[in-house]
Amino acid sequence: MTTEAIHDSHEHDDHHDHKMTGIKRWLYTTNHKDIGTLYLWFAFIMLLVGGALAMGIRAELFQPGLQLMEPDFFNQLTTVHGLIMVFGAIMPAFTGFANWMIPMMIGAPDMALPRMNNWSFWILPFAFAILLSSFFMDSGAPNFGWTFYAPLSSTYSNGSTAFFVFAVHIMGVSSIMGAINVIVTIMNMRAPGMTYMKMPLFVWTFFITAYLLIAVMPVLAGVVTMLLTDTYFGTSFFDAAGGGDPVMFQHIFWFFGHPEVYIMILPAFGIVSTIIPAFARKRLFGYSSMVYATASIAFLSFIVWAHHMFTTGMPLFGELFFMYCTMLIAVPTGVKVFNWVATMWRGSMSFEVPMLFSIAFVILFTIGGFSGLMLAMTPIDFQYHDTYFVVAHFHYVLVTGSLFSIFAGTYYWLPKWTGNMYSDKLSKAHFWCSLISVNLLFFPMHFLGLAGMPRRIPDYALQFADFNMWVSIGGFAFGLSQLIFLAVVIKCIKGGEKAEAKPWDGAEGLEWTVPSPAPYHTFETPPKID
Amino acid sequence: MSIEQQPTPENNKVNTANTVKKLVLVVFAMFGFGFALVPLYDVFCDITGLNGKTSTTAANVNEAGIDESRTITVQFISRTAKGIPWQFEPMVNEIKVHPGEMKLVKFYAKNESPNAIVGQAVPSVSPGQAAVYFQKIECFCFNSQPLKAQEDVEMALQFYVDTELPEEVTTITLSYTLYDITSSVET
Ligand code: HEM
Ligand SMILES: [Cu+2]
Repeated sequence: MTTEAIHDSHEHDDHHDHKMTGIKRWLYTTNHKDIGTLYLWFAFIMLLVGGALAMGIRAELFQPGLQLMEPDFFNQLTTVHGLIMVFGAIMPAFTGFANWMIPMMIGAPDMALPRMNNWSFWILPFAFAILLSSFFMDSGAPNFGWTFYAPLSSTYSNGSTAFFVFAVHIMGVSSIMGAINVIVTIMNMRAPGMTYMKMPLFVWTFFITAYLLIAVMPVLAGVVTMLLTDTYFGTSFFDAAGGGDPVMFQHIFWFFGHPEVYIMILPAFGIVSTIIPAFARKRLFGYSSMVYATASIAFLSFIVWAHHMFTTGMPLFGELFFMYCTMLIAVPTGVKVFNWVATMWRGSMSFEVPMLFSIAFVILFTIGGFSGLMLAMTPIDFQYHDTYFVVAHFHYVLVTGSLFSIFAGTYYWLPKWTGNMYSDKLSKAHFWCSLISVNLLFFPMHFLGLAGMPRRIPDYALQFADFNMWVSIGGFAFGLSQLIFLAVVIKCIKGGEKAEAKPWDGAEGLEWTVPSPAPYHTFETPPKID
Repeated sequence: MSIEQQPTPENNKVNTANTVKKLVLVVFAMFGFGFALVPLYDVFCDITGLNGKTSTTAANVNEAGIDESRTITVQFISRTAKGIPWQFEPMVNEIKVHPGEMKLVKFYAKNESPNAIVGQAVPSVSPGQAAVYFQKIECFCFNSQPLKAQEDVEMALQFYVDTELPEEVTTITLSYTLYDITSSVET
């Protein structure tokens, strides 16, 4: 056993020293940093693609009436926009962070399963190529909403269901492999002395996220498989004519869907919990309560799914159960917000860009949480369901929540990744442009929803015209602002002031003990942790 | 913590393989769970009657007697699902019954197309909690209904409302949706 192990590790080394060049380096790479970079670039490209689709939506909604497109094409835009942003932008971006940072944060040389890691990334472009190619087919792209409710996606589908299903299958396999890798890495590769309760919070949140992923992505795979056989092979899981039930689709979908929204926010909690202490120059307030809050949010996320289905005619008991459970989630979430604020309280704060994005996150995510609480109240949801109020809610938690944390994390670790400091001026311009435009984009949507404007409809009543114009202007401005981000990142990769090993004086963690840029191989021998 | 469990390079491989095996098992179990939700959902709804589905088999004749102190309004609605060219409607829209009292009503269906079509009516009761108390002794929905081109038929439904029906329910709406199942009958 011992000799074998030594032999193996020898082979391992040989393999590592062999760094290829050009495109092959990226195709065959098993290095966690390379793969992290691939994920992050992929996510950014998808952000731009999904953003372009959203610009189409906002252009159509700039004025009442049908100007630019057929309603069916509008539906394709909203559907694919949602799918791309959820599965193509937010999730891969977080996986990118996990790949880059988790091994460095726990003092491991790489991910536990480097070859599988290569696979989990490289199947993703195919999934999205399949999904996007359906735009160029006769059928058109999926037009049934990112929630693909049956029978819209089965009996009434425009013929794109097979493309959609296979794309989702591949995305699911990719996320599951990524999640297994993270769990195995964290469980088996921590440096000696790195106990669970010493792990950085980002590692903790992603650990829990990975468990959520392996619990619910298979259910998503199951429900799209049922949809596939219903549409093409004559089964009737969701078809009332054959004894099935379309409402059951919603139950199975949201059993996946609600944990999914936490998959998209827990890593964000981790990133923000890393950054705020660094720039408040204080230790994170309530580390262990953060860990327990994350775990209880993850647990509760399995028993609240039907808050998306209040209007399906559930019995009173069901409405009450799901209402109370949903409101219960606000408790651990509130603990987190409290801890962030308490960390900043009397800290010696400075406002570098990562901190700006993190503070914006805390405030704006909380607004999204409050609108969530409003929606959690069953009788109120009857009024707001399927209006722009819901759209405002989830964009506050996902854009000013998840996406802002991704920006914050990128600005925080970019010096470590590239070895260069980025332009302070440009990155601050990115922050302020994003902050102002994102609120212009999403805040008025609350009022549109309260006034009754339905979501997913390409036209609207005249009284909504002014607000929609402002929302569209905010949308275009927010889209353009992201080009500043691209410029900052490219400039930073090309050069700039050299970054020190630890460019932020308040930062903590093993990743700052290695030089900047981080060498291709780090922690080949595990660090000592006290 | 025993020596094996400590994360040293020597036993990483073994630990990794073990953890991966467990996680893959979880993945398959959850995939199965997704499908298990289908029968679970049906059983749950059967017991509770939550989704308004009535029983698909004939009930026994009522033996509990008639409760004349209560009168329930039973309403009938019909609709045809996408694309089935049939005329399909209840011959009475509403009747009053005492719990336990047996009633016979008829629905009219006519195939208005030039082709033979097999139809299947699927019932649903509102409020959902009344579904388990709505007892059908005979129903056209127990079987499919073939009709030749231009043929018509009167279809019978014989039912009673269980005397156990909760107090607060005074009106029951029975809705039938008619589906074209010709293609699945042929194969
Ligand atoms: C305090 C915590 C939260 C509560 C109480 C809450 C509650 C709700 C409720 C009740 C709905 C359904 C609204 C309707 O369709 O009528 C909803 C929708 C939604 N929520 Fe949340 N939410 C919370 C946090 C989050 C977070 C953190 C995310 C994601 C990062 C999120 C993402 C979404 C999405 C994407 C939808 C819309 C799904 C759709 O129909 O397309 N929510 N939320
Ligand atoms: Cu939810």
